[in-house]
Amino acid sequence: MALDDTRITGFKVVGTRPDRPDGLDKVTGRAKYGADATAPGMLFGAIVRSPHAHARILGIDTSRAEAMHEVKAVVTRADFAPGLTGENLNVLENVMAGEKALYDGHAVAAVAATTALAARDAARLVEVEYEILPHVTDVDAAMEEGAPVIRADAADGSVPEGMHPNVVRYHESGHGNVDEGFAEADLVIEEHFTTEATHQGYIEPHACLATLGADGKGDLWCSTQGHWIAQKTCAALLGLEQSALRVTASEIGGGFGGKTTVFIEPVALALSRKTSRPVKIVMSRSEVFRATGPTSSTSMDVRIGMKKDGTITAGQGVFRLQGGAFPGAPMEFTAMCAFAPYNLKHVHQVGYDVICNRPKQAAYRAPGSPMAAFAVESVIDELCNRLGLDPIEVRLKNGSKEGTKASFGPTWDRIGLIETLEAARDHPHYSAPLNEGEGRGVSCGFWFNHAGETSVTLALSEDGTVQLMVGTPDIGGSRASMAIMAAEELGVPYDRVRVTVADTASLGYNDVSHGSRVTYASGLATIQAARDTIRKLCGRAAAKWGIDPEAVEWRDGCAVPSGPNAGEFDPMPIADIAARMGRTGGPIVGHYEVTPEGAGVSFATHIVDAAVDRETGATEVSRYTVVQDAGKAIHPSYVEGQYQGGAAQGIGWALNEEYVYGDDGRLQNPGFLDYRIPVASDLPMIDTVIVEVPNPGHPYGVRGVGETSICPPLAAIANAVSNAAGVRMRDLPMRPARVLEALQDRTGE
Amino acid sequence: MTQIHVTATVNGDPVEFLCDPRETLLDVLRDRLGLTGTKEGCGTGDCGACSVTLGGRVVCSCLVLGAEADGAEIGTVEGMADSETLHPLQRKFIEHAALQCGICTPGILVAAKNLLERTPNPTETEVRYWLAGNLCRCTGYDKIVQAVMDAAEEMREIP
Repeated sequence: MALDDTRITGFKVVGTRPDRPDGLDKVTGRAKYGADATAPGMLFGAIVRSPHAHARILGIDTSRAEAMHEVKAVVTRADFAPGLTGENLNVLENVMAGEKALYDGHAVAAVAATTALAARDAARLVEVEYEILPHVTDVDAAMEEGAPVIRADAADGSVPEGMHPNVVRYHESGHGNVDEGFAEADLVIEEHFTTEATHQGYIEPHACLATLGADGKGDLWCSTQGHWIAQKTCAALLGLEQSALRVTASEIGGGFGGKTTVFIEPVALALSRKTSRPVKIVMSRSEVFRATGPTSSTSMDVRIGMKKDGTITAGQGVFRLQGGAFPGAPMEFTAMCAFAPYNLKHVHQVGYDVICNRPKQAAYRAPGSPMAAFAVESVIDELCNRLGLDPIEVRLKNGSKEGTKASFGPTWDRIGLIETLEAARDHPHYSAPLNEGEGRGVSCGFWFNHAGETSVTLALSEDGTVQLMVGTPDIGGSRASMAIMAAEELGVPYDRVRVTVADTASLGYNDVSHGSRVTYASGLATIQAARDTIRKLCGRAAAKWGIDPEAVEWRDGCAVPSGPNAGEFDPMPIADIAARMGRTGGPIVGHYEVTPEGAGVSFATHIVDAAVDRETGATEVSRYTVVQDAGKAIHPSYVEGQYQGGAAQGIGWALNEEYVYGDDGRLQNPGFLDYRIPVASDLPMIDTVIVEVPNPGHPYGVRGVGETSICPPLAAIANAVSNAAGVRMRDLPMRPARVLEALQDRTGE
Repeated sequence: MTQIHVTATVNGDPVEFLCDPRETLLDVLRDRLGLTGTKEGCGTGDCGACSVTLGGRVVCSCLVLGAEADGAEIGTVEGMADSETLHPLQRKFIEHAALQCGICTPGILVAAKNLLERTPNPTETEVRYWLAGNLCRCTGYDKIVQAVMDAAEEMREIP
């Protein structure tokens, strides 16, 4: 969708760095997050979870819990809607187990009591009789003949004949003939790679407060990336009418994809319905780890052929992802992203979605893409090393550009990969000398970006200030970007625009804050809603002046006559029109509803220096530079923040973070002590370069920036560590013991 | 269960409450005193979102029992600003975009304020190690460290 009203220069507010509107609330402790809400008569919910990885539920005895006088209700699967199908059934199965517990931490019952302590005590008194079944938690093991069958009927029609029933979906894409391509190569390298499951690691545990009456009408307050999807899903799981449930998004303490679905919300609603009282549920950290969405773990094989001059002749990849006990591991994204940065004549990729006895995976920042980049960019690095080629020059030589046929089908529109590579090559970091023991790594990364259903309302107040209502929860400063775009269009100061994330009863449907879509899609709708408002403002001025509305234009916050025949009138400021709007036709409200089609893909190039301690195997990231195409940075500070945050999460994924399962199928490290995310002393400053190659699908050229930043780090760090250690690291995380072992294998110690 | 009677000072104000012997100081602050600025991220002392000062020392309030606070002086994020005037750290966090979701911000502000009271001129390394007990998942810490260094500089200039 090329927009004829695109503008990319002459901005007054766009590109500046004003204070975010919610800043004051967030530095004073006033901001209300999921767990900060209370209601009169509120009860506290607690969830009973399976200690077994795979078990048939033979019976649930709630009598001892119910005997506690503080306990007001216990719910099990029987308290939810029967007869669901498809993804609603999967979500319900995950929210409250039916016949089987499918992973350690799977919810099997819940209680509501007058205090949080009593609810926790009561949960321990619920007695569940289990028949323990054989389990499997590893992706390769789950595909093998004889592996325990998790759910017999989970596979769809895409899976080839003869595969294990745990393989539930299959993907294949590409073009050309890879055998022909490999025959043209001077060097072909094939390697096997693995990555472990990691958690999104948001610091705010899931929390909600639910009220549901006997009349089927309810209110839900929750920490979510998408309150309309919460409304839709909860309504289905509880058997309610969608509009009967109003959902309000609290301030959200991080999501990264993990809060795009529901876990405790339907349970709180069921408990509230049973007790006719408000019910609050707040997850503990161990519940967050055991029962909410980690990302997939992977097993991957990648083969790439290269000529001596650096031309890539063919690329091939097989990507096996486990997504827990339910279909949905993003293996098609892994496959599609793998070779996206490169212009290949011959490319072929295959993906397998495999279920096993782990929690249902949830989206995590560019789901599936970082792992793909890890495998592909590692092989490219190895090819460069062996052929004596510069890794950035090789990527420039093969890089995708406008008109290139992408590895998964489409032909690229205007994209900025080459520009990020050039900026990386020219950055002082790339030519800086390395210190003793350090290695340097480079990687590219790609993410599609998403648009999604969007609706925005912009209402003028009598004093000329602006109320903007968006439906996308603000996960990283988006209210600032929206205010900037509205101020830019209307010609009013930034701080005259108040942006609110509206509840589900106050605005049309909005897709989730995911897919790096918020600044793109809610931004596009904000700009169009402002333009709708401007048309109305110009109409009021035209009526006052007695001229044709077409003869009025909007300039610097004022209606002005336009064209030779419009007549001579003084500019009419927005505040004057607003002050009279009640007498000149009523309230002035602009709105816009859209499912845009031009999200605009995004590429990045990262450079990393890492030092490896040869005695301990520990890695220190000593320098890090992110170069990424933002299309147009609306608020550059928050664009930089996304770049830095994605890099930091990638560093954790590459070096420390992993789900560790015991032989018993139980998660061994459900806490921040043993699941170690990067702390301040682990990281260097993270330098950022914002490249701006405008997206033709957005009026200001915006591309989403949130997710692409986590695509290159795994590979860039692995390449740096491999180059520092002199041995190729093919398994993540590169924890010290693993690096030490690789060093010892290399030196034969 | 018998409740325990506790008196303490929070942000300079005298407070009095009853609490269950198992309730943490964090539970008391949030649920009994309505001071929800202090956040719970883990409940096991690993994330620092619940950082408060207890007698001038930074502690994880999830690791302190409410009953232990008897007679103590407690400082939370709600006590950082002087009425309308923000603490320099609070201002610098907004200016530097040192928060994204903001859930870790109260704990980090409390810890950073305590650092600057002890060490008015910290190095980047000192800031990073002092804040190593406060997890942030959004920012990569870069802008947080810059905001703390900048606030320190301003506070040194205007004593």
